[in-house]
Amino acid sequence: MTTVSAAPIVLQLTQITKRFGSFAANEDVSLTLRRGEILALLGENGAGKTTLMNILFGHYVADEGNVEIAERTSGTLNALPAGQPNAALDAGIGMVHQHFTLAENLTALDNILLGTEKLSAMTSSRTAARQRLDDLMRRSGLTVDLDARISTLSVGEKQRVEILKALYRDARVLVLDEPTAVLTPQESDTLFETLKTLAAEGLAIIFISHKLDEVIAASHRIMVLRLGKKVADQPTEGSTKLQLAELMVGKSVPQSTRSEQAAGPLLLTLKQASAGEGRTALHAVDLELFSGEILGIAGVSGNGQATLARALSGLEPLTAGQLQLDGKDLSGSNARKMIDAGFARIPEDRHKDGIVGPMSVAENLTIETIRAPENQRFGFLKFGAIAERARQAIKAYDIRCQGDKAPARLLSGGNIQKIVLARTLDAAPKVVLAAQPSRGLDVGATADVHRRLLDARARGAGVILISEDLDELMRLSDRIAVIHRGHLSAAEKTETLDRSTLGLKMAGHGFHGDTGEAA
Amino acid sequence: MIRFEPREPASLQRLILIPVAAAIVALVLAAIPITAAGVNTFTAYGLMAKGAFGSMFAFTEMLTRAAPLILTGLAAAIAFRAKLWNIGAEGQLYAGALAAVAVGTGWIDAPAVVLLPLVILAGAAAGGLVMLGPTLLKTRLGVDEVVTTLLLNFVILLFVQMMLEGPMQDPMGMGWPQSEPMLDAATLPKLMSRMRIHGGLIIAFAAAIAIHILLKRTVWGFEIRAVGENASAAAHAGLPVKATFIRVGLLSGAMAGLAGVGEVAGLKGYLTADLSPGFGYSGIVVAMLAGLSPLGVVIAALFIASIFVGADSMSRATSVSNYLADLIVAMSLICVLISGLFLRFRIKFVKPRTNISQETQ
Repeated sequence: MTTVSAAPIVLQLTQITKRFGSFAANEDVSLTLRRGEILALLGENGAGKTTLMNILFGHYVADEGNVEIAERTSGTLNALPAGQPNAALDAGIGMVHQHFTLAENLTALDNILLGTEKLSAMTSSRTAARQRLDDLMRRSGLTVDLDARISTLSVGEKQRVEILKALYRDARVLVLDEPTAVLTPQESDTLFETLKTLAAEGLAIIFISHKLDEVIAASHRIMVLRLGKKVADQPTEGSTKLQLAELMVGKSVPQSTRSEQAAGPLLLTLKQASAGEGRTALHAVDLELFSGEILGIAGVSGNGQATLARALSGLEPLTAGQLQLDGKDLSGSNARKMIDAGFARIPEDRHKDGIVGPMSVAENLTIETIRAPENQRFGFLKFGAIAERARQAIKAYDIRCQGDKAPARLLSGGNIQKIVLARTLDAAPKVVLAAQPSRGLDVGATADVHRRLLDARARGAGVILISEDLDELMRLSDRIAVIHRGHLSAAEKTETLDRSTLGLKMAGHGFHGDTGEAA
Repeated sequence: MIRFEPREPASLQRLILIPVAAAIVALVLAAIPITAAGVNTFTAYGLMAKGAFGSMFAFTEMLTRAAPLILTGLAAAIAFRAKLWNIGAEGQLYAGALAAVAVGTGWIDAPAVVLLPLVILAGAAAGGLVMLGPTLLKTRLGVDEVVTTLLLNFVILLFVQMMLEGPMQDPMGMGWPQSEPMLDAATLPKLMSRMRIHGGLIIAFAAAIAIHILLKRTVWGFEIRAVGENASAAAHAGLPVKATFIRVGLLSGAMAGLAGVGEVAGLKGYLTADLSPGFGYSGIVVAMLAGLSPLGVVIAALFIASIFVGADSMSRATSVSNYLADLIVAMSLICVLISGLFLRFRIKFVKPRTNISQETQ
């Protein structure tokens, strides 16, 4: 690392402050990035990582502070004009967003060239571009079929196209926003190898993450943001996960882990269940869930998890196969019947499926049971009883809001999730279906969700936990099954599994043999 | 530099203040064409106010005009609350009127206590049934109800003309395309002697209160609001989304049908194909001005009725055309839609280069 710390400075952010109203998204944050350095920007959701990068990229204008970038040839630092993404691009800042910005119907080459050619140019010089890209690919190890349509590429390949796009524009600083969120562990490892190669060639890299493992594995230096303030800027060497976690959260959060518990009787079975169509369809899935266990479903996003969740929520009919609870057939059930049968469903997209934003916290807490006798009489709502129970739930689940009449949309993601937990878990459900329950939540809210799921398990409920976070799955689940292209592997005891086996399965290894058909 | 900040839900005062301000701005803007017509603005508005409120006759005329507007306004408001875009209140109004005439012109002979409720029910049912088709097409096949409801207006109007020139034509009508007159027992009572104001206004007020209670205090209303604000979450929570659309469709159509009943059984006494001067379409404006609030619909309908009645009266006394009414109504709507921006955002004028500027581009 000594070579890096002596390398010339490429980018410097000085005392950046950015306020939204009275809320300071960034406060007095400074950052220096040297040639060939990989800096990990670590922080919880809402810590200000993305805001800082948006300022760097010219999407936002900082209230105070400035951004300087080194002159290409001389290396002297010049101020970057604020609020101009084009200036940032020209200066050599490339950004790979979490959600890719590629045109699906164009080829990789088209996407890379898009916006780099002059409008007035009569012909595009494809051959020259292709030669340059071949050279770039050889040097960086980022190989992509340039003539493939984006829609035919895997997620990892799309990400490579995004990086190539930035490199093609002569990026000297590459910013990656949560680059591993959509990758398998193996794909992530490949990505970090590539980043190290690129850094060795002199590229300066910032990657945003909240995953401690990868931050420690892949960076030279770590900067931690908390509530908009820089709380640490230290070499990766000597940093430990525990120390970083505490810096990130500010307090040590006790993490719930499951205690030993013998599983109870068989609760729920899926027999050769199929649902949905197209890429995210579910194919002949077998699943058994026992009382008092957490069954984890691992998989890379977009492999049929959403369809499985919708089928178990009563929102997507099975096209074949059976769904049984306690031996009773529930195959054709709608959402109402699933709720009545004792299903608690925690939707993946809590804003879209979890709450009705403009309606109040109390109304959102009652929405699943609005027709129950305790909430209405002769079709008229019992406001007193509804408000009273809402206040109890707000207290019991620690929902932070301005009272039960506040519109739910004003709440933070964690508190919205608490509304969903409160209304579903309070009914002492038999089966809990939790789809990505901690996605986008900070450490505190995540711990809370985990505790609630473990409580449900201790009470004897069967919990299906669909997640892309292997740490979460391995810590909470008694057994884990892997979903890949709509096929579900047989569940195995968590103790017998490790991350790399799961990672391989998530990438599809061993599936064709197991299911007996090509995916 | 102007910047927009999202604001918290608007207070009640603001919700009331903004449509009022929009109406005032519309009146100010309408001063331009009035002046262009060579008439003093204050004189013109004075005459308009007199035409709508200047005498008991003027006032009752205004209320008579407001009655169907309240009902078509409710038809739009309740449907729009569920995001069911019923643009077909005009057709549903005619369907209601046709049903009222079919029941109330001698086919059934019964005393008023029996016949009048039958006429009202028939009109409401006809309006509701007309809306049931587009609603089912939407929930079953995903057909866009904007198109189906809008086009049904023409289908129904032509059907009414066919009936009025065929089976339902008044044999005593000297060949005019009009229906037989309503029986006395099928006629809504007059509210004042020698005035045209009729029981349709009572129906309209009662409907507004009923829908207000429905939306605010009942399970059905809860479901309508939830489906309208986020159908996806409503479905996930096990609410009957399709059944709610069907209920709302029936109710919305029924409101428009009642407007038709009021016009034939309260005002005209028989059906012609020019029964409604676009009450169905004006109802959409009323609902939007009212912010889709059922009680707000009453106020918005009174406002629009006074503009229409007042402008008619003014145009008789001056050289300003009564099209001015349409202009004012249209401009109020535009102002209200623009002011929706003020409800959702706080707008601040800031000097560039201050340390709190925060444009996002």
